[in-house]
Amino acid sequence: MAPQGRQEILEGAMAVAHAVARCRPEVIAAYPITPQTHISEELSTIVADGELQAEFVKVESEFGAASVCLGASAAGARAYTATSSQGLMLMAEVLWNIAGMRLPVVLACANRSVSAPLSIWCDHQDADSIRDCGVIQLHAEDAQEAVDQHVIAFKAAEDRRVLLPVMVNLDGFLLTHVFEPVELPDQALCDAFLGKYEALYKLDPGDPMSFGCFTEPDKCMEGRWMIHDACLRSAAVIEEVSAAFARTFGRNSGGLLEEYKSADADTVLVAKGSICGTIKDVVDELRDKGRRVGLVRIKTFRPFPRDRIVAAVRGAKRITVVEKGGSFGSGGVVTPELKDALYDAGLRIPVSGFCVQLGGREVAPDGIQEIIDRVEKGEQVHYEYFRLKKAILPDLVP
Amino acid sequence: MLKEIRIHGRGGQGSVTAAEVLAKAAFRDGLMSQAFPAFGSERMGAPVRAFCRLSDRPVRTRAEVHQPDFCIVQDPTLLETVNVFEGLKPGGVVILNSEKPETVKVPQGAVLKAVHGTRIAMEVIGRPIPNMVMLGAFAGSTGLVSLDALKAVICERFGGKVGDLNAEAVEKAYKAAKESK
Repeated sequence: MAPQGRQEILEGAMAVAHAVARCRPEVIAAYPITPQTHISEELSTIVADGELQAEFVKVESEFGAASVCLGASAAGARAYTATSSQGLMLMAEVLWNIAGMRLPVVLACANRSVSAPLSIWCDHQDADSIRDCGVIQLHAEDAQEAVDQHVIAFKAAEDRRVLLPVMVNLDGFLLTHVFEPVELPDQALCDAFLGKYEALYKLDPGDPMSFGCFTEPDKCMEGRWMIHDACLRSAAVIEEVSAAFARTFGRNSGGLLEEYKSADADTVLVAKGSICGTIKDVVDELRDKGRRVGLVRIKTFRPFPRDRIVAAVRGAKRITVVEKGGSFGSGGVVTPELKDALYDAGLRIPVSGFCVQLGGREVAPDGIQEIIDRVEKGEQVHYEYFRLKKAILPDLVP
Repeated sequence: MLKEIRIHGRGGQGSVTAAEVLAKAAFRDGLMSQAFPAFGSERMGAPVRAFCRLSDRPVRTRAEVHQPDFCIVQDPTLLETVNVFEGLKPGGVVILNSEKPETVKVPQGAVLKAVHGTRIAMEVIGRPIPNMVMLGAFAGSTGLVSLDALKAVICERFGGKVGDLNAEAVEKAYKAAKESK
């Protein structure tokens, strides 16, 4: 019998909903969108059944959901929402405000492709496209991490050294709809770990103040710098909170990076999200054949863990970023940030960027192996749409 | 140990639920497991697939099951439109819900186990939903999951009379599959 502890087989989204409930948010506002829907649906059931004392606000859109969370958080409540894809796009304006007002709202993004073409399947272009707004972004590899990172998210967001929104990314369908072993965080431990949220500043008729007010050029830049500075400094808080989480709950689900067999690797892959599970299996297989391959997994994408990544990859002969996103007209999203960090560290390790799984196209282990084989044969690509089906492209494309 | 299972069915036949129940039952027996559907636009009657992995170690891969050890086929009419044998490992087993297995062409190296799943479902449950019945046949043919765990998970998952009837049907299919070994 394998040691299974208090694990049970749960659907990822259901597990997340129950973990969020144990963090006792006081206000939840959400609008249904695939593949996030099971999270908010289950939370609304939990609230309706009286298992969680919270106000579940049914809104007309994701703009409304984010706005309710903004207002609730500004009034001093612990607030939560979950969304995907177009829903996140609709929240974008409000997310900038939430970050700018320094409100510790926690949200989940069940990562999904952004229209058009319309696709319900997973990639990271939704989350990547709001990387600049001051929302801290965590990425889960499996359902357990998606669960645990929510607890870490509330704790880190509400830390007075941070006071920024935190978004937990879990790959749509791949993690929201999978049934696998999960241990839900114990309620008493969760209560002790998080405590009650006490806002540093809040909207209070007895002590009136304004949030997010009109700022002239003489002060606005300082306001922006404070967001940047808090986001940078949140890296240390995320590590501290993650270590405390590991001590309390016995699982290493948080942190900035995971270094998987990368310490002595000649070829290091860099990736984030659930594809890392598949990559790890390929790494193990190649290691068994004596090939020195490893993975550096980005668990925290914002703040970008520059120094930690450089330290983790500096011994590599080549680095290969495997990402589920990109910036049209430029290249990757993760790839250039990694190169930027390497350049400043004076390292000229060849870096290749591969764009995979846009719109949910699967990359099975053979695809990962093909990427590794190609870079180990000396190929270096700036940014390539991997296994593009040229046969179905129109003739004007060479 | 890693065993990969692919379930073929039609929308509405409960293939995704079957994968879930199989993962839960194997976990109850002490294995690690993972279950997920082929994500798509599900429609009643359209071919659907669901996957399940059973292992003695945590399952990390997120790829679909392309080279199954076992295929469970809920609906014999799928044989006309879907290659349910695709990628089957040498010696792999296809557990087929069929009344006329003698008409099925089996590729070399594949093993066919036929069970009258729909008939058992009609007799015991009174509805032509063969998903749990086929799990009983899977357990009886492979021994990978215990009958007790299957029945316990089914009773927990569905509860009441539906749970009891499905558990009874599962036991019947389990015995039928064991006897036909």
